[in-house]
Amino acid sequence: MSSHTAHKQYEKEGKPIAFSPEILEKVKQIIKRYPEGRQNSALLPVLHIAQEEFGGYLSVDVMDYVASLLHIKPIEVYEVSTFYTQYYPEKRGKYMIEVCHTGPCAICGGEHISKRLQEKLGVKLNQTTADGLFTIKEVECLGACGFAPVMQINTEFYEKLTPEKIDTIIDDLKQRASEPQPQQQKWVERFF
Amino acid sequence: MGRKILLEHIDVPGINTFDVYRAHGGYKAAEKALKEMSAAQVVEEVKSAGLRGRGGAGFPTGMKWSFLDKKSANPTYLVCNADESEPGTFKDRYLMEHIPHMLIEGVIISSYAIGCNTAYIYVRGEFKYIIGILNKAIREAHANGFLGNNIQGSGFNLEIHVHSGAGAYICGEETALLESLEGKRGNPRLKPPFPAVKGLYESPTVVNNVETLATVVGIINIGAATYAGIGVGKSSGTKLISACGNINKPGVYEIELGIPVEEFIYSDVYCGGIKDGKKLKAVIPGGSSVPILPQNLVCKTANGDVRLMSYESLADGGFQTGSMLGSGGFIVLDEDACVVRHTYTLARFYRHESCGQCSPCREGTGWMEKVLYRIENGEGRMHDIDLLVNISKNIEGNTICPLGDAAAWPVAAAIRHFRHEFEFHVKHPEIVKNIDHGSLEKFNI
Repeated sequence: MSSHTAHKQYEKEGKPIAFSPEILEKVKQIIKRYPEGRQNSALLPVLHIAQEEFGGYLSVDVMDYVASLLHIKPIEVYEVSTFYTQYYPEKRGKYMIEVCHTGPCAICGGEHISKRLQEKLGVKLNQTTADGLFTIKEVECLGACGFAPVMQINTEFYEKLTPEKIDTIIDDLKQRASEPQPQQQKWVERFF
Repeated sequence: MGRKILLEHIDVPGINTFDVYRAHGGYKAAEKALKEMSAAQVVEEVKSAGLRGRGGAGFPTGMKWSFLDKKSANPTYLVCNADESEPGTFKDRYLMEHIPHMLIEGVIISSYAIGCNTAYIYVRGEFKYIIGILNKAIREAHANGFLGNNIQGSGFNLEIHVHSGAGAYICGEETALLESLEGKRGNPRLKPPFPAVKGLYESPTVVNNVETLATVVGIINIGAATYAGIGVGKSSGTKLISACGNINKPGVYEIELGIPVEEFIYSDVYCGGIKDGKKLKAVIPGGSSVPILPQNLVCKTANGDVRLMSYESLADGGFQTGSMLGSGGFIVLDEDACVVRHTYTLARFYRHESCGQCSPCREGTGWMEKVLYRIENGEGRMHDIDLLVNISKNIEGNTICPLGDAAAWPVAAAIRHFRHEFEFHVKHPEIVKNIDHGSLEKFNI
């Protein structure tokens, strides 16, 4: 139990951190799916939700807030968040581009996809474009080898890529960035 | 075309919904098991069908179920391993995306068989959309009385919860998966105790792969005897093979175990031959962890027998001249593919995915990656090749979980069969340095 964190006010970029009542209710339902005394089992799902709700990355205060919800020590959250690749410690672009570079994608030209992306956006791997729109990362197998080469942009799959298709996809996203976004199904909704 | 147990109705529009699945015979096996069979009879049926785990290890499923500690005071859990992450493998994703109710039905029957009332499906975090698909299927099954209390008046209760991973290959290893499900880092556990005795929450637990659980539905439907009649020897039934790499028709195929490898590669029903009319160089038949087979050992074994798509035939010759069926991730390399480069990308993968718990794996995977990078980029020395073999031997068998073996085998096999390609890289740095592989990623050795 972490009583010393229970009454702390969590903040991120000057705003208080707390799930909305609706989301908090759903998070509580998720926690109830695990047996009494095993609330920390909900940690991975709740971190996905928290990351999405609080700006796309996990700050220390966000992790402390999650710890208080699950009645676990903050360190138990930190050690988990640093183990899994889908939790991001830092702010990233609006579009997180993750290109697969493992064997099957590599033999189908995955590394040329990564190169074209870096050229097109003028940034290197793990960097974000100046307009804050794009971050590129090379990742390990995304489990879509039959459609190689593949990448994910914010968990949407893009398959059978060619360098030419990259140009179209990026131009399209740049154009759409200023338009109202179609509402994607959120993490919290997918758990129900 | 062989018999289809899993994908028979895959092309039916709307088969992902309860109503259409039900109209095509869905949930009949669950009704049959829950109403007409005892739990012990279901276990016996799966045993005599000869079903072997479809996740990669190929362990007999019925036997795994019968290891459960029945004297334990704790509840029994079924955990479905949907953390499909083995490079080359994408069959479970296909099954869950297109026919999710078959997995739900398989979980119901299997839970009934082992006496479990709470089951978890652990889905890799990258498959966010699959989590939504499964939860929709679970809602529909609930609404139709196939989940919840007193299912179909049988007195059996079951809840299924979908859990998400967050990007870690190691969580496909069953004890790492259980750690992760308990909200911890995915560090594999020392065995024994095995999960059947102390698994999730220190309770008796069965961890089964998605395809394994879905296959249970077919076994109950057609009966163990009919199922066991498909296939060859101890490789009974059908298996999903996910084919990728330099072939004309990558995709997921359901095969009767025992068809010739040659047929699988060249028939238009399956891979449709090598892309762009090129020649075959090598095949990795069971996911990236299994040994690579050079062209001369793909269609025939070292003894000259026809090589079949079965657990036994693919393993014929041991690691000297054979490989493994593994997860069914079938990766094909054409004559232009570079084995050194391919091995390097796999070594990089295993270094990235090592949990860091055991030093042979934590240090060894990174060491192999660096040496391979050096050779691949024209900086290699001739003795580096034997150094790689040496490192792989020191990892193999010396770690808590099989990730160490999985990292060692591809490197050892690539050198065993393609040493000349490694030597070429060392002898001709001026050539290999000038090959454009694409990505600008470079790091200092």
